[in-house]
Amino acid sequence: MSEVLLRCANLDKRFGGVLALAEVGFSIKRGEIYGLIGPNGAGKTTLFDVLTGIYASEGGGFRFAGEALAGLRPDEIAARGIARTFQNIRLFGNLSALDNVMIGRHVRTRAGVFGAILRTRATLAEEAAIEKRALELLGYVGIAARANDVARELPYGDQRRLEIARALATEPKLLALDEPAAGMNATETQELKKLLERLRADGITILLIEHDVKLVMGLCDRVLVLDYGRNIAEGPPREVQRDPRVIEAYLGGAAA
Amino acid sequence: MDIFLQQIVNGLTLGSVYAVVALGYTMVYGIIQLINFAHGEVVMIGAMVAFSVITALAGTALPPVLIVFAGILAAVPVCMLLGYAMERIAYRPLRGAPRLAPLITAIGISIILQHVALLIWSRNPLAFPQIIPLASFDVGGAIITGAQIAIILTSVLMMGGLTLMVYRTKLGIAMRATSQNPQVAGLMGIDIDRIIAFTFIVGAALGAVAGVMVGTYYGIAHYSMGSLLGLKAFSAAVLGGIGNLAGAMLGGILLGIVEALAAGYIGDLTNNVFGSNYQDVFAFLVLIAVLVFRPSGLLGERVGDRA
Amino acid sequence: MRGVNIFSKAQAQWLGVALVAIALIGLPFALASVGTAWVRIANLAILFVFLSLGLNIVVGFAGLLDLGYIAFYAVGAYAYALLASPHFNLHLPFWVILPIGALVACLFGVLLGAPTLKLRGDYLAIVTLGFGEIVRIFLNNLSQPVNITNGPQGISRIDPFRFGSFSFSQTETMLGLVFSGPIKYYYLLLLLLLLAIVVNLRLQHSRIGRAWEAVREDEIAARAMGINTTHIKLLAFAMGASFGGVAGGMFAAIQGFISPESFVLVESVMVLSMVVLGGMGNIWGVVLGAVLLSFVPELLRYTVEPLQKSLFGRSIIEPEVIRMLLFGLALVLMMLYRPAGLLPSAVRKRELAKVAA
Repeated sequence: MSEVLLRCANLDKRFGGVLALAEVGFSIKRGEIYGLIGPNGAGKTTLFDVLTGIYASEGGGFRFAGEALAGLRPDEIAARGIARTFQNIRLFGNLSALDNVMIGRHVRTRAGVFGAILRTRATLAEEAAIEKRALELLGYVGIAARANDVARELPYGDQRRLEIARALATEPKLLALDEPAAGMNATETQELKKLLERLRADGITILLIEHDVKLVMGLCDRVLVLDYGRNIAEGPPREVQRDPRVIEAYLGGAAA
Repeated sequence: MDIFLQQIVNGLTLGSVYAVVALGYTMVYGIIQLINFAHGEVVMIGAMVAFSVITALAGTALPPVLIVFAGILAAVPVCMLLGYAMERIAYRPLRGAPRLAPLITAIGISIILQHVALLIWSRNPLAFPQIIPLASFDVGGAIITGAQIAIILTSVLMMGGLTLMVYRTKLGIAMRATSQNPQVAGLMGIDIDRIIAFTFIVGAALGAVAGVMVGTYYGIAHYSMGSLLGLKAFSAAVLGGIGNLAGAMLGGILLGIVEALAAGYIGDLTNNVFGSNYQDVFAFLVLIAVLVFRPSGLLGERVGDRA
Repeated sequence: MRGVNIFSKAQAQWLGVALVAIALIGLPFALASVGTAWVRIANLAILFVFLSLGLNIVVGFAGLLDLGYIAFYAVGAYAYALLASPHFNLHLPFWVILPIGALVACLFGVLLGAPTLKLRGDYLAIVTLGFGEIVRIFLNNLSQPVNITNGPQGISRIDPFRFGSFSFSQTETMLGLVFSGPIKYYYLLLLLLLLAIVVNLRLQHSRIGRAWEAVREDEIAARAMGINTTHIKLLAFAMGASFGGVAGGMFAAIQGFISPESFVLVESVMVLSMVVLGGMGNIWGVVLGAVLLSFVPELLRYTVEPLQKSLFGRSIIEPEVIRMLLFGLALVLMMLYRPAGLLPSAVRKRELAKVAA
């Protein structure tokens, strides 16, 4: 259970003169929920972007399931088993919820142009399996009834769930969630918490950016605190909460 | 006659026209990130209007300079109005729509303008009346005509005027603010709609003068002259770094010189496999090369996707 | 009295399909009775539907604005013309050349796409436009030093389609019906078009089609979901180009003569208008758009032209100009008032009863 799934070492990323990530290093164990917190602009989303291949890091690297992934394209990283959601929801807005999740199956399926045109038996079987799995996932996150609805028109909370279902469709070993509770009310947040607990029970490792302190405290096994692109503390939530540097970072941020 | 120097002179002339047209593209792009596809047609309309006026006045006793001036004076307001109308009707309603939408209306507008011009002026090219004496000077083995000198001077004047306006007037500051961040500019009390409309109008005015210049240079103007010219000027703007005024000027002049030199030497260089009839290809090759290898252009910032 | 349901819904659908089929089969004879010119117009219309379907893969499915699409049509047309005319004295059969044309066009598509697909949408549009112009300039000038394209004069006496001794250009009488060349071509084109529609429908409702839609909707999200966007966009370009190539080959055979004149920028805009008018991404919408924009200008040509002559004694507005104004207006008005097209692409509904239970 304590096997390391993701290990980052000395990740650096700058934008112009701004150091967005500076020597960030941490490791996530298989099966845990690992929280990533820090004031706004601390580099949390940038870290996600580096881990999912949207940005290349300038220094350092990361190993995932024993393989060095730094420098790979996003699709290659998704194929290796890291899937994510986005802080500002990025669904395929004009497509149905079901289509969104079916697209998530892309990386685990094979049918090409000729298969599609000739409708070979293999393609048809694969297509049926894609649809079946997508519907299961919609059910898993609790929006099966919304399958035919246009993603853009779903209620906010359902959009967040749909993004999770879409990410799950890629069969990730690590699910990276960027503020999944943002904009949710208390009930929705509770339901989200249950969903994440169920995911953990089903063996999926989760990396979670979240501002909702209660959620982080109740859910995460360990958290990493970033401030100005550096990790300033790591450990179980209760300990980190008492860390003077963390208090300073948040209060300093609030005072400014 | 020195071919090299001659081609440089020709390239400078054409290049300064490209530069002025490129300013129209780059200003609009800088402010609303739209490729105003129809800008080339505005240039064409400018040339056609001016030529009509010049032809009508050619028989009178007015001095030639005044006649040309009258032509420009007629063309500029027509094009300004056109620029304004275009923005109002075809682009403003689509602000915030997906990127493809205004690009598609721009293409539509361009087709409409071309064929309205065809309706008004017919398929036949308008010829520039022979009213200006063809003075020419010999400069170190290259021939430079009076028209070429006038074109280069006018371009320099307009580029200087525009730079002054953008950097020294309140309106220019508002324009730059809007291009940096429209929302914030709006919060600071800048009427963004007005600034954007104004940008189109200024670009169109420059285009009108450019139209007269290019028409004068080739001696003719016709309804379909705008698209190729527009494309080349756009390439020039990209070469210099789209959104960047100095870049548009530099890109225009460079493109003019590259084209002229290529036209002058391609035959010798390729053993006459390719001739100067491939001249028009170079602008596109430059455009593709810049976009692939240095999308920010010579003086611009990166324009790639932001996550 | 209540309406009596004689047909079930499925039966009604089949009836509809059957009626359309009968109408399409009978159409050329109806048109021929008005004038053979109209059969030719119908054939060109089918070619444009074909082209629009190809461009729709690029613009509608994948969301890539290609303004040089006609270049692939040109490539297909010239491939056919060079391999089946006295120009090089080659006379390969059409079922050999059409695939070759598709392949060559596809190659051009990849050639254009590979370096440019990383560009943002509007830049891509301009680069493809430039590419289209470059192809045309080369067609115009590749008559020296080796005469490949015969320059602006174009290539003439191109072979018609032939199966053994059955030539599509000759008139024949079968079962008491007169099958003129254009009518024979009409049926062949219709057959190929049906094939193209099936291919398009199947592509759209497939793993590849969904990946295209994902790229169109949000490229970054698509990449994060494991889609190799460069690859998938290139695939769209290649597929679209192949359609253009096949259409070009058919065009060359039907016309018997091609020149660079037929492949100017305006033609690219025309095909784009058809796609936009019908509804980007919707196959039936695109078919409708192409049919409308092919026939309406011709109808105007035959009505407005005589009307002008009778009213003013001369033609004031050339039909060609009306046609182009229509295209331009279609682009602007559709974008402003109905950006999704006449038949917007609807979100697919699936039969969920069995699974939801």
